[in-house]
Amino acid sequence: MTSTGRRVFNVINAVVLTGVVVITLYPFLNIVARSLSSEDEILAGRVMLLPRGFDLTTYRLVMSDDLFWTNYRNTVIYTVVATIISIVLTTCYAYVLSKHQLRGRGVLVGIAVFTMFFSGGLIPNYVLISGLGLRNTLWAVVLPNAINVFNLLVMKAFFESLPVELEEQAAVDGLGTYGILLRIVLPLSKAIVATMVLFYAVAYWNSWFTAFLYLDRAELFPVTVYLRNLIAGATDATSTGSVDTDVAQVAANIKAVTMVLTVVPILAVYPFVQRYFVSGVMLGAVKG
Amino acid sequence: MVTLTKAPPTAPAVPPRRARRPLRRDWQLYSLAVLPLLFFAVFRYAPMIGNVIAFRRFRPGGNVFGDDWVGLRYVRMFLADPTFWQVFTNTLVIGVLTLIVCFPLPIVLALLINEVRIKHLKRFVQSVSYLPHFLSVVIVAGMVGQLLSVDGTINALAGTEIPFLQRPEWFRTIYVSSEAWQTVGWGTILYLAALTTLDEDLYDAAKIDGAGRLRQTWHVTLPGIRPTMITLLILNIGTFMAVGFEKILLLYNPLTYPTADVIATYLYRLGVVSGNFSYGAAIGLFEAVIGLILVFSANTISRRTVGTSLW
Repeated sequence: MTSTGRRVFNVINAVVLTGVVVITLYPFLNIVARSLSSEDEILAGRVMLLPRGFDLTTYRLVMSDDLFWTNYRNTVIYTVVATIISIVLTTCYAYVLSKHQLRGRGVLVGIAVFTMFFSGGLIPNYVLISGLGLRNTLWAVVLPNAINVFNLLVMKAFFESLPVELEEQAAVDGLGTYGILLRIVLPLSKAIVATMVLFYAVAYWNSWFTAFLYLDRAELFPVTVYLRNLIAGATDATSTGSVDTDVAQVAANIKAVTMVLTVVPILAVYPFVQRYFVSGVMLGAVKG
Repeated sequence: MVTLTKAPPTAPAVPPRRARRPLRRDWQLYSLAVLPLLFFAVFRYAPMIGNVIAFRRFRPGGNVFGDDWVGLRYVRMFLADPTFWQVFTNTLVIGVLTLIVCFPLPIVLALLINEVRIKHLKRFVQSVSYLPHFLSVVIVAGMVGQLLSVDGTINALAGTEIPFLQRPEWFRTIYVSSEAWQTVGWGTILYLAALTTLDEDLYDAAKIDGAGRLRQTWHVTLPGIRPTMITLLILNIGTFMAVGFEKILLLYNPLTYPTADVIATYLYRLGVVSGNFSYGAAIGLFEAVIGLILVFSANTISRRTVGTSLW
């Protein structure tokens, strides 16, 4: 089967895939190189793959900024609280939806799925959150996206794949619905719950727009909004923080350093959690 | 509620068979749905109803649903608004370009990855290609900014000093390529999953019939992943109007508005920044309805023609 055509194809394929890998990784290497380089070398356009004019003062500068750490801590808090809320709500609803004998199940599925295709839109949401008095509170960040319907459907598919006999047996033994869910179903669902925790946590860690929209005070921002303000070149001290606020143009390596520090947690856990993400998506995909 | 759940000892050893009264039998199950339903009611359906402010005059601080009816005033207003038509065109152009580039690429990449016979290499390429999916748009926008800045890599490689992000003629290319960079790898997952379910016997049969690699791909592989392709196509068409709002908001600037400003960003500036809530809501409703019509039509067409559909 190793014909010439086959060998030529393999070579071309290897070249193309190498290209994909290089293009995917290069922007990461570039920001790391920039974050470690001196401002002069960056402005001269000489920083490509490796740092030039090795310089750590920017790291010291950014890390000594109180607002950066406050915002970083906010990100951690928002991520933890929001993920817990999301997991509880998603698990409950997915479990209910997985019970095929339940009256009105179709309606309950429809209520969720419809929101995948039609949303109230930016303005009514904004008016609602303001009207509920949630602006400048944690709740504006953690509540509006508590259930992701895609995640919900993945979890529902998983629950449906569990053997019914176990739950029937538990019911015969006198366990109620709550008992079955907590003591039988959840222990069997560690894989999917872990996947969901990862999905939600990454989404909340990365999110910026909800916070940008509903929070006005710099000390409430998550680090993504801090970074956004830095990149957008906002110069007023209340929104950018104290780093170099008197300089109109925020130094190129400050942006790079902040980007590196923001993305580090994701890159650090990525190799370990990557296969869970993948199996999680597959669970939802191959439900048939 | 909690005390009630702790009372199962009174339940008979025989499981209850009163299927006639589902509410009584399943009330615990229904109770689990209460909080999620509250979430959907407040954060998903209330804003849908809140769209009535598109037909009412809304004053900040006044009634959430607006103060008095103005009929189609705001609809007429945006139909007569030249900026609206510009952003509408931009939305369509960016949406179509994204669809043309970002829909087929994952299929091609999945087919290429699938051909790799060395397991470690395959795993490595996959892991790397998924990575951008896990980045915040803020980071992606930051990277785009760095690569394309006057002192960035692209200019250094090309030996030019073009301020790409200030040039309207570059915006669409930049947007679509960054979108491709971020989504292509992740998009392969579902196709790779579908590819593993294909029957090896079909390939053997094709080989016996004298089909080469290309013909096998054409006659066996592609038909095999067709349901996945169509499902994803319908989903892509459904989100077509909501083109990467967050990324555009991060990447554009007044200089690039002529090509970059889309419905979502326009109504953000108009509604949230300038406080024209009713006008913004009217535009948003229009956008959402088009999206809904698109997804329903795509679904119906695909069900009638190829028999695959989302519902």
